[in-house]
Amino acid sequence: MEGSISFGSMKVLRQNLDPLIHARVRLGIVSALAAGETLSFRDLKTLLKTSDGNLSRHARKLEKAGYVECIKSFQNRIPLTEYRLTSKGGAALSAYVEQMERMLKMARAVTPD
Amino acid sequence: MIIGNGPISHRSTPSEEQASEHLRFIRDVMERSASFTAVPGWGMFVVGITSLLAAWIAALQASPEGWLTVWLIDAAIAVTVAIFTLRRKARRCGVSLSSGPGRKYILTLAPSMVAGLLLTVALWRAGNLDVLPTMWLLLYGVGTITGGASSVRTIPFLGICFMVLGVVSLFVPHVWMDVLLALGFGGLHIGFGLYIARRYGG
Repeated sequence: MEGSISFGSMKVLRQNLDPLIHARVRLGIVSALAAGETLSFRDLKTLLKTSDGNLSRHARKLEKAGYVECIKSFQNRIPLTEYRLTSKGGAALSAYVEQMERMLKMARAVTPD
Repeated sequence: MIIGNGPISHRSTPSEEQASEHLRFIRDVMERSASFTAVPGWGMFVVGITSLLAAWIAALQASPEGWLTVWLIDAAIAVTVAIFTLRRKARRCGVSLSSGPGRKYILTLAPSMVAGLLLTVALWRAGNLDVLPTMWLLLYGVGTITGGASSVRTIPFLGICFMVLGVVSLFVPHVWMDVLLALGFGGLHIGFGLYIARRYGG
């Protein structure tokens, strides 16, 4: 009985998982910005150990969704691209972490020691 | 890492192990990201200002003991400001100084600071204060390079600048020592502090 209840709840949680964050690079970008406030494209690339193209593609998706804000400027005449987490992005990450914690709790509740 | 690169279908619902992996990944990225910004730029700026004042006051001292006292007071102020601003920035980033990047930064910087203090006492007792500025600049440079190894590239670069000043101090007359200390603990801290504060959020 407990297992079936948990299975149903798991299904609901599963359906509510944010597909925008549920991907390694995008989850990494959002997590990094949640702790690092403003980070440059280069810092994010180093931090997440990914390629320019990959990071750019995923950052654009997050920007389009309003999860991150892209700030373009010049530093010593060199273009500088920086990212900042929006309140919408912060809320999405909090919700995702909460969902993961609930899934973990449920899985532990039905798994015998 | 279990999480895929692209969008994940709902069929790939995380199991207990995968959910733990996701949470570990988030924590790990946040910790490494926080290390990018753990060094407080404004704290560094304030330390730079007090060091400039200390260099000026120390240069006016007639006795070596007076000179040493001024710099020791400045060091105590610098440590207090650094701890206060480090804690403030860590709290704002939501990380603890007793774990993760903050702990790493403090544990790698602290040994050279303690060694510097002990050697200062030893050299004062031996009556050899001439070598102190070189030792301070070199040891602080070493501590900053190792402490900043997991931080932004700016921090190890700051350490290198201190070590260069330390090397320069070996070849200049002793009367220039306060100028070199002012350049290092004052100028470098002000310049790098402002840069870090503007670039890395405080």
